[in-house]
Amino acid sequence: MAKGCSCVMGEPGTKELVSLEDLQVAGGMHTGRKHILSILVENKPGVLTRVAGLFARRAFNIDTLAVGPTEDPTISRMTITLDGALHPMDQVVKQLHKLINVLKIRDLEPEDTLARELALFKISADAGNRGEVMQIVDIFRAKIVDVSKRSVIVEVTGTDDKVEAFERMVRPFGLVEMARTGEIAISRGRGET
Amino acid sequence: MRAADALMECLKNEGVEVVFGLPGGANLPTYDAIYDAGIKHILVRHEAGGGHAAEGYAKATGRVGVAFGTSGPGATNLVTPITDAMLDSVPTVFITGQVRTELIGTDGFQECDTGGITLPVVKHSFIVQNPLEIPRAIHEAFYLARSGRPGPVLVDIPQDLSRADIPYEPVDEIRLPGYQPTIEGNQKQIRLAAKALSNSRRPVIYAGGGVINADGAAELTELCTADRFPVTCTIMGLGGFPAPHEQWLGMLGMHGTRAANYAMDEADLICAVGARFDDRITGKLTEFAPRAKFIHIDVDPAEISKNVPAHIPIVGDARNILPRLTAEYRALETDPSRLDGWWERIRHWREQHPLGYKDSGDSEIKPQFMIEALYEATGGDCILTSDVGQHQMWAAQYFHFDKPRRWINSGGLGTMGFGLPAAMGAQVGCPDSLVCCIAGDGSVQMNAQELATCTEFGIPIKVFIMNNGYLGMVRQWQELFWDGRYSAVDMGRFPDYVKLAEAYGATGLRFEDKATLVSDMREALATEGPVVIDVRVTREENTYPMIPAGQPARDMVG
Repeated sequence: MAKGCSCVMGEPGTKELVSLEDLQVAGGMHTGRKHILSILVENKPGVLTRVAGLFARRAFNIDTLAVGPTEDPTISRMTITLDGALHPMDQVVKQLHKLINVLKIRDLEPEDTLARELALFKISADAGNRGEVMQIVDIFRAKIVDVSKRSVIVEVTGTDDKVEAFERMVRPFGLVEMARTGEIAISRGRGET
Repeated sequence: MRAADALMECLKNEGVEVVFGLPGGANLPTYDAIYDAGIKHILVRHEAGGGHAAEGYAKATGRVGVAFGTSGPGATNLVTPITDAMLDSVPTVFITGQVRTELIGTDGFQECDTGGITLPVVKHSFIVQNPLEIPRAIHEAFYLARSGRPGPVLVDIPQDLSRADIPYEPVDEIRLPGYQPTIEGNQKQIRLAAKALSNSRRPVIYAGGGVINADGAAELTELCTADRFPVTCTIMGLGGFPAPHEQWLGMLGMHGTRAANYAMDEADLICAVGARFDDRITGKLTEFAPRAKFIHIDVDPAEISKNVPAHIPIVGDARNILPRLTAEYRALETDPSRLDGWWERIRHWREQHPLGYKDSGDSEIKPQFMIEALYEATGGDCILTSDVGQHQMWAAQYFHFDKPRRWINSGGLGTMGFGLPAAMGAQVGCPDSLVCCIAGDGSVQMNAQELATCTEFGIPIKVFIMNNGYLGMVRQWQELFWDGRYSAVDMGRFPDYVKLAEAYGATGLRFEDKATLVSDMREALATEGPVVIDVRVTREENTYPMIPAGQPARDMVG
């Protein structure tokens, strides 16, 4: 915890006294970047309410929230994204840990994490511009899953950046509706998330 | 076995000797079971009274307090005590009845979503959906309530499920994989803290209710007196260090002493033990203790660096950590004379700004004098509960607490109406102690109905009402910060507290003369049974000193 103290005088077990000037704050800092929290919770009634309620009463803003089962039927995974510029992340994590049904929390490191979300876009497109839309769909490796005379529905998967970029591209055609799941994430490599 | 009877067995296994509560339709089975279960039940007159009594019992004894309520309004009446127990970390278990399972979600008679309503204000809750879960829920509720950072736990049981026939077997193991409170502090961090203390020139030890909850008062005193560390306590921590004492600075915070607040302001190192840097302590956060580094010892990791970033965080139980910190500190053999300059500074503040008030020139009783009189009349040897407001602050300032669990008040939530039922609960838990309540005339009316309970059950609390006919603290703020526009604070002349006491079968007295106050109080204390004493005090007196809300400590007024 006390990272700032490890390299200064006064190390535990040594003779030197600690210099108060060299002591540094542990925790409580804003990181300024997006965070993805992967939270394992007991699969019991009311757990989602407890997590959501905690965020509400501590005035933490959730950007996205996705909940689903895990390989163990007694445990669910919640993936929550939040803005580390608005919240001290260690406080968010510590408050979540106080919930009795929360088993494990990982604040995922961006470089070691695979994050994906699924989005569905209903875009107004007719015979005149459908081709143009299809080109964009191709570039984004998205998929047209429904087509009618005046619209197409496109399925996009990817990081939230990609989904947002796709949205910017198709909005000029007339974005009728959009639905996004919020990101889910898992850590790279063999180790557990 | 009927589930309600199994519930009683569980309570007995947890060592419960008394329950405060009020029956209703949805908890009829529970009340049928307690009828001959061998657990004492105190029938309160309002569930809020029962909840606060459970808190008072818990705070005075250190054991888990238990309250029952029925569904709907019974449960909503418990919301205030539950929230109070959450903010002051009081080990309590609340068991509420719920409508029959088939009625849940239909807006049935006396139905409310008790679990949902209380969700933000409990440490945890168990919403029973299967009668087989009841024994485990009760066992785990008690474990959660008293372990780690204590707090309120709710168990909500539908009426039909408590009538179900279940095989009962005592539960003795805990299955809470997501709950592992850290008790033992990290040795490296403790060593570092000892070194920081040793190198500090202007240290202050700042202790809160966590020391009381951990039963760590003796251990705190050991640490403080291992050198000449100046000590201050929050309003929740009073009694954690034996006052008066030469190292005692008095309470800190909004109505703390100047010596305590100025010492925090100029400290180079603050060692917080079981305290949470509440806004009533810090004043303006950005200007709080600007020169200090912080050691923060707390059993709840989320408190560390929540309001004030800590430099040396130590997670764990104060009683576990403090003796180890003391030992590490002693081993450093630091020269105590390095604190000479610091003590000179503190002595200067103490001499310049002692706690004080201008006494009346006639028979009028000043509120501060009333507290001093009560201290003298009791010899300080009592459990004192308090309501919320000016009288609470004066009691904290002028009554000295030399032992833990002697001062019981609502610090976090600031619940008016807490004092009388809390005294009742404390007296039930400590039948051989003198239990007094210092109440305001505004606060006492919020739970005065429990006088009936006290008379009925022979609970001989002494309730001293500091009667100024005002909601005094609000009046003070209106005087100081709202141009003296006294909006809705004059409480008028009613009720007549002597008659009120008599109507409830208690003794009612009224004192108005300063000269005889101490001897009058002694007489009141010697009176058998519950006694209500209406003490008429100066109407417009302000609680000083004071850090105006949102201001830094060095800008104290009064």
